[in-house]
Amino acid sequence: MTAGGTQSGPLPVTVVGGYLGAGKTTLVNSLLRQAGGRRLAIMVNEFGALPIDSSLVEAADDRIVSLTGGCVCCSYGEDMVSSLAMLATLDPRPDHVLLEASGVALPGAIAGTVGLLGDFALDGTVVLADAETVQRRAGDRYVGSTVRQQLAQADLILLNKCDLAADPGGVEAWLGEAAPGARIVRAEQADVPIDAVLGTRTDPGTVRADGRFRDHTAGYVAAELDPPAGADPEALARLLADPAHRLLRAKGFVRRPDGSMAALQVVGNRWTVSEAPAGARPGLVCIGLRGQADIAKIRRSAARL
Amino acid sequence: MTNTVYPARKIITMNPARPCASHVAVRDGRIVGAGTLDELAGWGAYTLDDRFADKILMPGLVEGHSHTMEGTLWAYVYCGFFDRMDPEGTVWPGLKSIDEVVGRLRAAADRLEDPAAPLAGWALDAIYYGDRRVNRHDLDRASTERAIGVLNASGHILNVNSKALELAGLLKPGIDHPGIPLGEDGLPTGEMKGPDAMAPLGPHTGFDRDLLACDEPGLRRFARLCVRTGVTTAADLANTLPDDAVDMMLRVTAEPDYPARIVSLRRFYGVTPEELIDRVLALGERSQDNLRLGIIKVVADGSIQGFSARLRWPGYFNGAPEGLWYIPPEHLLEIYERAMASGVQVHTHTNGDEATELALDCVEAALRKHPGPDHRFTLQHCQLADAAQFRRMEKLGVGVNLFPNHHFYWGDQHYGITVGPERAERMNACATALAAGVPLAIHSDAPVTPLGPLFTAWCAVNRRTATGRTLGEHERIGVADALRTITLGAAYTFKLDGEIGSIETGKRADFAVLEDDPETVGSEALKDVRVWGTVQGGRIFPAADI
Repeated sequence: MTAGGTQSGPLPVTVVGGYLGAGKTTLVNSLLRQAGGRRLAIMVNEFGALPIDSSLVEAADDRIVSLTGGCVCCSYGEDMVSSLAMLATLDPRPDHVLLEASGVALPGAIAGTVGLLGDFALDGTVVLADAETVQRRAGDRYVGSTVRQQLAQADLILLNKCDLAADPGGVEAWLGEAAPGARIVRAEQADVPIDAVLGTRTDPGTVRADGRFRDHTAGYVAAELDPPAGADPEALARLLADPAHRLLRAKGFVRRPDGSMAALQVVGNRWTVSEAPAGARPGLVCIGLRGQADIAKIRRSAARL
Repeated sequence: MTNTVYPARKIITMNPARPCASHVAVRDGRIVGAGTLDELAGWGAYTLDDRFADKILMPGLVEGHSHTMEGTLWAYVYCGFFDRMDPEGTVWPGLKSIDEVVGRLRAAADRLEDPAAPLAGWALDAIYYGDRRVNRHDLDRASTERAIGVLNASGHILNVNSKALELAGLLKPGIDHPGIPLGEDGLPTGEMKGPDAMAPLGPHTGFDRDLLACDEPGLRRFARLCVRTGVTTAADLANTLPDDAVDMMLRVTAEPDYPARIVSLRRFYGVTPEELIDRVLALGERSQDNLRLGIIKVVADGSIQGFSARLRWPGYFNGAPEGLWYIPPEHLLEIYERAMASGVQVHTHTNGDEATELALDCVEAALRKHPGPDHRFTLQHCQLADAAQFRRMEKLGVGVNLFPNHHFYWGDQHYGITVGPERAERMNACATALAAGVPLAIHSDAPVTPLGPLFTAWCAVNRRTATGRTLGEHERIGVADALRTITLGAAYTFKLDGEIGSIETGKRADFAVLEDDPETVGSEALKDVRVWGTVQGGRIFPAADI
């Protein structure tokens, strides 16, 4: 894949949710810094002030703010559908949309709407949780149920501000019960590899042999998998999304028994299989947390398909 | 300096010192005095104008919660179950079956010249057509060539035809969305429930965002409806008030024949609380006689019939989840604190009792920090407040604008489905509010229900549902209280009670001109009182000529 990304096919959208102060803005800024040629389009719906570091802003007009590296930002308010449509018409088209939900919004509802729009594909829902306050918030008489729903609707939960929490392990265990369908990633200052949040843009064949990202921390493992020839892509996707394997992400291309090529995307428990773009070569990249994701086991299971 | 003196059959003044008068003297758009001709002659030379000699005058009615969008929507096809008067005075018969809805849409579709133009309707109330839902096949009978979208009365459902689904790319199997029911064929039925499901259809059916923005023809149509319903001051309760809209509204409402005073509130949206205060203070500076600006509107939760209002335990009668917040509590508190500190008034939409509780918590906290004398923060709708919450409002100086029209339009559904019998009978507790000493207004929320304060007064007095059930006998209020509430009561919520709301020396010459006497027709007939027109700022507007 080139820096231009896929110019055809549905535009991937990642919904970023979480209560006020959980670190959504910090995450967005961190991802922008890691964009590395990926054209991200940021949609924000918090009040007023542009939540983007001024060092990243290049120019602004009424509807859209141009950021460094070909990224853009706009606020959508009550007009999410037409704002998304506007982003899809930009030339060059963005590679990925990050749709930031307001602090009390339910990300599942937004994700449901994205799923209805033909030109877009829901990539996944990432919800931030403030390790210091999330349990108290989840018990709040007013917003408790909202916070619990937000967490339960996540594919990935970024357990943020772990450096400030007295017992991040306890919070993580609690989250595991509050959001059984989500993968949990611990973070400080919302610092996580962009490939874990938005999916890898690394082609199969370019991951380092030692399973590390070129430019990120040792906490993650990325591994390449040779999809078994003629495997059913949907069965393979289900396997990769199986909570037992604790993968955060998987992406790649698989040749179907009939010879056609399928694209496969996994975010936590969520998976999609679609037609691969022309010229795609078979291969899969998996991303997980070091010490959690058992790549060897996944390889063995995949081989039995 | 000559006064004009109007004799009338009766003048209901709302001035307790002289509740009735036979004459009112007017000069320069204001009331010189009300009393007998002899008394008024003491003010000097006058011209006697007897055009109202057989009419009843009362203070111009004040609609404390409506939206000028009511005027905008009349550009689209009215599909409601109940008869409704349009701004030109034509009463559109209510549509009593799905076939009648289809018939009116087909007739409208046939009148459109552009074969590709979408057709938009509004005010559909499918709950009245029995268990059978309106579906795309029904609307296909109106047209298969053009996209059709019909907004439901609640505003929470959009019914569309097959063409609209096709244009939106949704006429396909495999859709898995809580707001999109599927038919036996696996395709969407055409009923799009909730804003998330409605959003993708909006652009294809004519319901884009421009429809709901304040537009110039809509603002003019809205004022004509005001004249027909005796309203001289009406709220436009939730406008985002961009500069171009404010310029337009200032221009239109200043025209010599614009017949209503619009109080337009700036809704919290798209700015920080700090910026909001600055903008609203600046807007206040631009107020003119017939366009009042400078008040904040905040929406705390959703609607009861949409199951998005925040209810306290045990929640919805049918077990639906407990609703949605539309603002984080932290932001609500920050707005209140800043507004109290700056002397800016805030009106807050709270439908569910949990939202009301939050608003009261935030008012109390803000008052501890910034004691705001006569802040007049007002809760709008506030439909489920209980007696303890009204007592708290009184202690905190918070007013309330209740929504008795709900009893008629959705009272049976509230009783049976949304909140259950007990809370349905205390909804919009006007009598409790008055007994607690809470400043009270009542409203239509037009276009949600029709503009018409006399009808709203009838709803508060009778609490009658569409099927004839009396929904909470003990919360009925008397006619006198109801009439005061739709004049001085609503004026108070905008701090305009020193200027309008009664017929007294020095106030604006704003009158509702009536054919029948609302004080004597009896409570059952209150909604049938005939409106001749209005006098607004001394200018005379007969409904027949508007």
